[in-house]
Amino acid sequence: MRIVQVFKNIDRRVIFLFIALSVIVPLIFNITFTEKASPIVKNIFDKIESLPEGSRVLVSLDYGPSTFPEIQPMTNALIRHLNERKMKIYYMCLWATGQNLTTYTIDSVQVREFPDRRYGIDYVNLGYKAGNEGLINVLLTDMKKMYSTDVHGTYTDDIVMMRALRNLTGFDLIISLGGGSPGIKEWVLFAGDPGNIPVAGGSTAVQAPLLYPYWPNQLVGLMGGIKGAAEYESELKKHYPVYENRSQPGIKMMGPQAIAHIVIMLFIIIGNITFFVERSLAKRGQAHG
Amino acid sequence: MKRQLPVLITGIVGAVLVVSVFIPHAPFGRLGEDFSVFFDIIAVFAFILGGGNLLRVHGDKIYRRAKGWQFSIVTVLGFIITLIAGAFKIGNVNGIRGDVTAPGSLFTNIYDFIFTPLQATMFSILAFFVASASYRAFRAKNKEATILLITAFIVLLGRTPIGNYATAWLPSWLSFFHVPNLANWIMAIPNLAGQRAIMIGISLGVVSMSLRVILGIERGYIGSEGGKG
Amino acid sequence: MADIWTWIGALLTLSILSFLYKDNVFYKFAEHLFVGVSAAYWMVIGIWGTLFPNLIAKIYPEGVRFVLPSLADREPEYHYLIAAVLGVILLLRLFPKIGWVSRWALAFIVGTTAGLNLVRYLRSDFIGQVQNSMIPLVVFEKGSLNLLESLSNTILIGGLLCGLVYFFFSKEHKGAIGTASRIGIWVLMMTFGAGFGYTVMARISLLVGRFQYLFADWLGIIGR
Repeated sequence: MRIVQVFKNIDRRVIFLFIALSVIVPLIFNITFTEKASPIVKNIFDKIESLPEGSRVLVSLDYGPSTFPEIQPMTNALIRHLNERKMKIYYMCLWATGQNLTTYTIDSVQVREFPDRRYGIDYVNLGYKAGNEGLINVLLTDMKKMYSTDVHGTYTDDIVMMRALRNLTGFDLIISLGGGSPGIKEWVLFAGDPGNIPVAGGSTAVQAPLLYPYWPNQLVGLMGGIKGAAEYESELKKHYPVYENRSQPGIKMMGPQAIAHIVIMLFIIIGNITFFVERSLAKRGQAHG
Repeated sequence: MKRQLPVLITGIVGAVLVVSVFIPHAPFGRLGEDFSVFFDIIAVFAFILGGGNLLRVHGDKIYRRAKGWQFSIVTVLGFIITLIAGAFKIGNVNGIRGDVTAPGSLFTNIYDFIFTPLQATMFSILAFFVASASYRAFRAKNKEATILLITAFIVLLGRTPIGNYATAWLPSWLSFFHVPNLANWIMAIPNLAGQRAIMIGISLGVVSMSLRVILGIERGYIGSEGGKG
Repeated sequence: MADIWTWIGALLTLSILSFLYKDNVFYKFAEHLFVGVSAAYWMVIGIWGTLFPNLIAKIYPEGVRFVLPSLADREPEYHYLIAAVLGVILLLRLFPKIGWVSRWALAFIVGTTAGLNLVRYLRSDFIGQVQNSMIPLVVFEKGSLNLLESLSNTILIGGLLCGLVYFFFSKEHKGAIGTASRIGIWVLMMTFGAGFGYTVMARISLLVGRFQYLFADWLGIIGR
């Protein structure tokens, strides 16, 4: 049948065009949906809600531009939540590309939306240090061995919120926002388990299934991909009405996401139908000799 | 010296780090910490090595006028300009003493408007290739492939709001089959079972490989003259 | 109207996207530019973030006064010379005649990684996972049987054991072991199916992000 041949030999650029349109059209028409937090995401929210004011939370931005669209919405939502709960936030990163993103996050969320919170007292930017899991291993026993200064060159003992902090066990929660290795897995293996420190994470969707075995005993909770970000944003909106009418990038991206998923599923179905029709035609052709 | 000393270094360093977990007191605890710190510092030299190697390879290509040498000029220029912008903190509000990633600096602009678009777009075009490859190769040819396909569809639907609307009409006693609930169950039970089995297998592999490296049985990292002992 | 930097970002984005039509000189330009900028970026962050405060400031504190005055008055710690020597040795890899010396530095890196990973992987990825799998097969909630939880836990443990049997190659997969191995394959297929679904989600998210940049930041057609 001709139509089978047409579908079988379709130029891949036609598929590319459909994918592009499936993303662009919902973006332009701003198609959004409501979200509901799944238990694995809600665990992180509830953990932060349960911590007393002034608790120490380490936020490690372990990602780069390649995973920015997935991870940054969850970073923003988390930082807003931590500030609403008046936590002491310690920013750092295991990825070199995370340092620029930390500066960006502090500028665009921390400073802009919470101007009354003070640097050195309510939040501090420790920046990037090389070493991956080797770095975490050092921080577990002595933080100031590697972080003798913050990212601005200020001696850490001169920073109020760093004075009483000796090592990672001084934190009430470690949150890793990660796009790969080093990331959440390394924080669980080299800090969470040996130091008995609660670890939560936000990961790319590619990595999320691999981290499920750590939940809930070794990982408090996990936000997986843009869906996880959207769920956390929805939980934040539910509990903090101030965010009700604010633009939530995670929720906004779910519209194009949904349409693109449907398009890909349709392509897979068409591909399979083509395959089975062609196979049965071949069998019929063989039967007739 | 060429082969024995590296094996000795690996063995001593590895053994000290393992022992320091069980005996955190001096000298093992202190040594373990110091080795980790040295590791972190040597990692930076690895970045410098990467940069040096890049200059050597592309410089050689330009010198020999090899195929595509014109693009090598782009690589080398991009490298040198970014290095100078960052090394001298050009355009930083606080000059040489400030944070190298301070907003408005040349280095940050290079990151925001050159590095980020390039890296982000390179990864984003994978979406097109995933779609194209799925269309051509994803076939329910046998039982196993069908299970994979059905699971993928449930997760794809369940992780979007459309899955929610598609089965929202189900009564509460059938809520298990509500697509988002089904997707969450798949992630938390069969996916977890499979991932855990893989994780246990990998961990045993890592442990045995680490032991082989520390004991000097595995010497592949030494290079062509090395290999297994 | 977008500024010159946004235009540069947009044009570079379109250069990479042009590869979807076919390979071309704009894509090659963007690709080569990325390689150069990326290598320099990691070097700069590593040098300012780690080399200056954690090596140079430790060995020769006065030497960092111009950039890190808060560390300039501290006592030197000369045992960091070991790290400096190993680092310089690593750089000798660039010179073929004496490149073999870099094996000593590589040996240190390999030894550290092996030593750290041995204990951590055994603790978290083996013992930790076995511990996490010790869950009740029959779950009671408020005095009555929770059928869904009980079935789920049974499937989880059964699936895990069958998956492990599949990876056990020391015995032929026949009889009971063959059946368990077959079930293990099905569980693994569900794992891979879930992974595929999440991978598609990840890739589409990145594409949405890029189009948001083009339509919101560059063209200003949509809001952020």
